[in-house]
Amino acid sequence: MIAELGHFSLILALGLAIALAVIPALGVYQSRPLLMGMGGSLSAGLFVFVFISICCLANAFLSNDFSVDYVARNSNSSLPIQYKISAIWGAHEGSFLLWILVMAGWTLSVSVFSQQLTLDMRSRVLSVLGALTVGFLLFILLTSNPFDRSLPVFPAEGSDLNPLLQDFGLIVHPPMLYMGYVGFAVPFAFAIATLSTGRLDSAWARWSRPWANVAWAFLTVGITLGSWWAYYELGWGGWWFWDAVENASFMPWLVGTALIHSLAATEKRGVFKSWTVLLAIFTFSLSMLGAFLVRSGVLTSVHSFAVDPERGMFILIFLVIVIGSSLTLYAIKASHIKSTADFRFSSREAMLLINNLLLVVAAGAVLLGTIYPLFYEALNDGLKISVGPPYFNKIFVPIVLVLFIAMTFGPASRWKQTPRELLLKRQLVPFIAAIVIVSLLTAVFASRFEFFLVFVNSIALWVILSLVADMLAKVANKKSKLRAIFSQTPSYYGMMLGHFGIAIAVIGVTSTVYFTEEKDVRMVTGDELTISSYHFKLNKMLQVKGPNYVADQAEIEVREDGKLIAVLRPEKRFYAVARNTMTEADIDAGLFRDLFVALGEPLGDGAWAVRVHYKPFVRWIWFGGMFIALGGFLTILDKRYRAKKVKRAEAFNSATLSAVAGATLGTEV
Amino acid sequence: MKFGKMKTQRRNRLLIVGFILLSSGVAVSLTMQALNENINLFYEPQQIVSGEAPVGTMIRAGGMVKAGSIQRSKTDLKVNFVVTDMRSSEVTMQYEGVLPDLFREGQGVIARGRLESSGLFIAEEVLAKHDEKYMAPEIIQMMDASGTKDAGENKSS
Repeated sequence: MIAELGHFSLILALGLAIALAVIPALGVYQSRPLLMGMGGSLSAGLFVFVFISICCLANAFLSNDFSVDYVARNSNSSLPIQYKISAIWGAHEGSFLLWILVMAGWTLSVSVFSQQLTLDMRSRVLSVLGALTVGFLLFILLTSNPFDRSLPVFPAEGSDLNPLLQDFGLIVHPPMLYMGYVGFAVPFAFAIATLSTGRLDSAWARWSRPWANVAWAFLTVGITLGSWWAYYELGWGGWWFWDAVENASFMPWLVGTALIHSLAATEKRGVFKSWTVLLAIFTFSLSMLGAFLVRSGVLTSVHSFAVDPERGMFILIFLVIVIGSSLTLYAIKASHIKSTADFRFSSREAMLLINNLLLVVAAGAVLLGTIYPLFYEALNDGLKISVGPPYFNKIFVPIVLVLFIAMTFGPASRWKQTPRELLLKRQLVPFIAAIVIVSLLTAVFASRFEFFLVFVNSIALWVILSLVADMLAKVANKKSKLRAIFSQTPSYYGMMLGHFGIAIAVIGVTSTVYFTEEKDVRMVTGDELTISSYHFKLNKMLQVKGPNYVADQAEIEVREDGKLIAVLRPEKRFYAVARNTMTEADIDAGLFRDLFVALGEPLGDGAWAVRVHYKPFVRWIWFGGMFIALGGFLTILDKRYRAKKVKRAEAFNSATLSAVAGATLGTEV
Repeated sequence: MKFGKMKTQRRNRLLIVGFILLSSGVAVSLTMQALNENINLFYEPQQIVSGEAPVGTMIRAGGMVKAGSIQRSKTDLKVNFVVTDMRSSEVTMQYEGVLPDLFREGQGVIARGRLESSGLFIAEEVLAKHDEKYMAPEIIQMMDASGTKDAGENKSS
């Protein structure tokens, strides 16, 4: 009965979502505040019913109700309880229910935390979010209902959760990722709502900025966790594969990064207005495209869900409707919007423009590589191709290098125009210091000299040092320098942390790429192996038993200069119910290097294939990601986003001002 | 005054437009070049046997791992196996390294590598999957064509 209750509350949620899409919008159209005011309670109701629904699914998992098909396919009575919970989003249907819950959660937060918005604007935003939720709910109800029963005959035991997903990383990775993907629906809704009013003032940028920042921060956490999980769980020690599904999360991140920078320029200076709106549309569209790529199975990927063309077609149609209608609206409305572009090449606006261009080009290149196989297949009579990782590295790295150089100048630049000598003089010391420090460190610690590594890491350190220089310049005239350091705005700290995180991640990436040493070898008990300065010895093989698996476990001693530094116990697990074999790597983690050992397959005669990696600085990649995300979260603490009730007049004034300014500009050009 | 301002704005715009044109031009040409260098075509065993597949270039090939065809070296990680399209064509592949967990007899695999003139396929990478229910579209298409879809455990959920 409980599963039917879950299904039923999803249907009720659909009814509420339709009401949310229609009623506040109708209120705006007919200028009836009563209807507009219903947005809040409708979004609360929507959230409650989706929440009830997911609780019902949780109940089915916890009570081992294998008559529910989804539970039977993804659970088992011997599955540990934390994985029974995470199994809710372990496969397609349930993970989409989580997606909808996240969507309803964002919608509710908008209605709760946007009290300072005008009623008109708030209603428009909520209606757009409601309309999107209608699409998502229709999708799950029509093509992917997680509450389907297999009656009257149902299995007595479930076929267990995919062992790869029985892991902490997969408990937290999808919720974080979805918070990001779906979170971009909020700036999207703000953009559509503002477009529909026909007047783009910078107030909308101030409203959508915190939402965009938080969604982006969540996506950053999601991608970072995904990369970390792939590293330790997939058993081949890589942290990024340029796989279609990884790209699907990376593209909205890149464009989202452009968006949060462009929003800053629009809020502070009123420039790039229509461009920012376009970015908001693209960011969410790319999130949706990601969902399509992952769930339709059109591309070969290691992460794909099981294939179902019907679902793919539904998402594709939904995608076309969303992107098509929003771009049409943009085409109709945005041509009337003029920005006042009065800035020099040395200004912060120009820096942000460079940032935007490079990020969008980078995202475009990734998009091209990701969907090129589809075009190629369509144009060449079904010929299948794949685009190899070298393409992505070749394109992505140069773009990002230019971006990083711009990143050193960006924070120090000023709006409208930066005095050139200030810009250059302040960069000189960080620039030289970075090159000297990195060269010295490489000479002392690295096993060989790599020009490109020194080059890239110098730029990364230059980014960090120029942040320090900027902070010092900011407090140079203050009486108490220490107090001044701690009394900057949260936005400023957020920017510092974000840029610092990127630099850290870059150092991690280049150092790992250049100095990783890996060996795949055949080993029997007693065999030894040396990588870098570490000696690995296979002591013995054991049989161990877990709650729902049995495993072969290797005991491998690691010594450096004769001193024992770690005993690693990688496992090859066999999950009896799922009839699935899985590699559980063991890692001796450290700030400056990881030692990674994974078991391959048994080769007969007691021999095993063993994969051993020495990966310097690999952890910096994920530390960097966490710093970036932290920076994004910090920015919402800024006081100006919590200012009560923006007066209508103020919004109106800025709109008139920019319209007048736009008109003047129009006559001049 | 006004004239001077206009001039700055025009100059700015010109600079920006120039920058956009230049960077997008460079980006597009670099991208297309890199893309064309790095696409890997997929060939079925039958195409490889009939000599349609180029020798020495990076391609992808795939099919079902033939039962009883996996042969391991006694001294290192070299492994030979035969990939079949379940009809008449077979290709022998050689790989050195750790195979993915889901690699086994009767399972559909895709390998990236180069074909030698002897007809041996030297794989540099064998594609692994998260989910045993998932099957690469290339393999599904091939199996559909040969009418042996069920042989490949392709029972969709």
